[in-house]
Amino acid sequence: MLHSNLLPAINQIFIDVLDDQDIVVQLETTAQDIDAWDSLNHIQLVVAIEKHFKVKFSTSEIYAWKSVGDMCKTIQERSPVHES
Amino acid sequence: MDFKLLKENLKKDFTGLKKIKLALLADSAEQFLAIALRGYGYSLSYDIEVYAAPFAQIENELFDTESGFYEFKPDFALIWYSPRKLLKQFCALSDSEKSQYAKQKLLLIRKLCQNINQYHPACKIIFTNFPDLGQQIFGNYASKVSISFEYQLRKLNLELMELSQETANFYIHDLCALQARYGEKQLFDARMYVVADMVYGLEAMPLLAKNILDIIAAQLGQFKKCLILDLDNTLWGGIIGDDGIEKIEIGDLGIGKTFTDLQAWAKQLKERGVILAVCSQNAVEIAKIPFLQHPDMLLKLEDIAVFVANWGSKADNIKYIQEILNIGFNSMVFLDDDPYQRNLVKTYLPEVCVPELPKDPADYLPYLTALNLFETASYSEEDKQRNRYYQEESSRTLLKESFTNELDYLQHLEMVAEILPFNEFTLPRIEQLLQRSNQFNLRTIRYSLEELREIAQREEMLTFAFSMKDKFGSYGIVSVAILKPRRKNVLFIDTWLMSCRVLKRGLEDVVLDCMQSVARNKNYDTLMGEYVPTSKNSLVKDHYRKMGFTQHEEGWLLSLKNYQPKAHAIKITGRENYAALEFAACN
Repeated sequence: MLHSNLLPAINQIFIDVLDDQDIVVQLETTAQDIDAWDSLNHIQLVVAIEKHFKVKFSTSEIYAWKSVGDMCKTIQERSPVHES
Repeated sequence: MDFKLLKENLKKDFTGLKKIKLALLADSAEQFLAIALRGYGYSLSYDIEVYAAPFAQIENELFDTESGFYEFKPDFALIWYSPRKLLKQFCALSDSEKSQYAKQKLLLIRKLCQNINQYHPACKIIFTNFPDLGQQIFGNYASKVSISFEYQLRKLNLELMELSQETANFYIHDLCALQARYGEKQLFDARMYVVADMVYGLEAMPLLAKNILDIIAAQLGQFKKCLILDLDNTLWGGIIGDDGIEKIEIGDLGIGKTFTDLQAWAKQLKERGVILAVCSQNAVEIAKIPFLQHPDMLLKLEDIAVFVANWGSKADNIKYIQEILNIGFNSMVFLDDDPYQRNLVKTYLPEVCVPELPKDPADYLPYLTALNLFETASYSEEDKQRNRYYQEESSRTLLKESFTNELDYLQHLEMVAEILPFNEFTLPRIEQLLQRSNQFNLRTIRYSLEELREIAQREEMLTFAFSMKDKFGSYGIVSVAILKPRRKNVLFIDTWLMSCRVLKRGLEDVVLDCMQSVARNKNYDTLMGEYVPTSKNSLVKDHYRKMGFTQHEEGWLLSLKNYQPKAHAIKITGRENYAALEFAACN
């Protein structure tokens, strides 16, 4: 069960990074669904999400993400309640 | 600065900004750097057009004269080989090849530069040097092994510095220095390298962009020339007016070391040619005590070109310093520990650079050096003299302020002009003056050195050069005049120019006096002048009227019969240098 705030927060990061107010992401959204989600923006999304949730992802995680749902799952697993 | 902020700048309006064409040639992914450069450029009022050469095609782009690089015609080429990529080549080499690696690489770099210089000589080359990777194959022992990557890379770095010293348009982008400051840990993101082939992380991009644009801005003439220093708690710890000389912290007392280090830094800048000024809210005689009496003060009064201490506003005092130095506000840096004063100066003089000094004085210097405030595009012997020249100028201004009558002031300057002939010693400077003088230049004829030699030898031509000095220092040769016969009894002033450094001293009166005196001795009765307007010489459009000439159809004429010399305060020497000309009573 995903935290209810997670998807809206991710959505806002997509809007900021891809600079498009109209973006609406769902758990099943993939890079194919959003034109601007290219490899360059993927890097920026990763950095922005890490900053926002105060987590650090592993290389394999970054590499393996296919959908927004994958991202959310990793964040939920990794995001500590209190980051030192 | 954040990468995201730089990226947002890309949406701003770039119209009217200075256009710069920058070619990026890299062996790793550089799209983010291109964004950061354009975004950071915006904050400096540059419209940077970036041409990113195809990925990892540095040699092809530069050797193929029909490549996109040559078509783009960049103002600057940034070449960036990353050690990570070089290491891959290096590992595949035999030991004997490894031992020659730096040499071979430098040969290649030289050839690349030669090609650029041949096919697009206007391009300035910015070459990124090679930070250590710390492979630790040999550990600390690597220094003893000529085939270690560390040895070859550092050797290459040194050779690159030498190459840049011998090649005028070749500049080093000192990534090693940047990495020494921030560390690989902060700049390198191993995950981004694996996933996206980025040799530095996103967070490093603003730092790289700033460092590269520091070089470019200095090349374009935007650099800091003057460091203005507050005194209490900036240059020493404590308040001289309250604590007294024995209690201010400097040298070994208290946290004095941090202030001593800052002074040492400022002194090195001064020796490099940065002008130092003091701006302090203090009584001037008290403010000067540490400079005169404290044994641990590294900065002395003679290091300070303009010393302002009073109870007035610092914004006004910086304006005063600016007027004396006659440099732009945007070339000044103001250091003050007091946030109130900083804010005041920022508000009234927004062009002045005012670093937000950290609270703890121990952090001053690390903070300031990280800003790289004093990037420069040149360094010469003249730079060392600059402080002295401005100090002289400052002394003149101070003296002038104590006089109400202009002529009284000029008399106190104890000015001496020397008349000099055109000869092999004076001609190089005379030629330089002819090339450079724009404002006080009546006809703006740019004779070459050869032409001047010829003129000097022709008997009918009368040539004058004037050097000047006063009680504060020497200006060298500052005025030149060349006269030739026009018709019977009329001598035409072919060239008359003067350096603006000696405006309003009365030197032009001396020059005219000498002209008429020589002319009369040669039996001329009239001097003829002409003003040829240019975009820069409106200063002298009424020159001949002011000098007593009258306008006629053929030009400005001065009859020598009723010539009345004007009052001036300059002593004249050097008539004996001028054997070819006989002077009548001159002055």
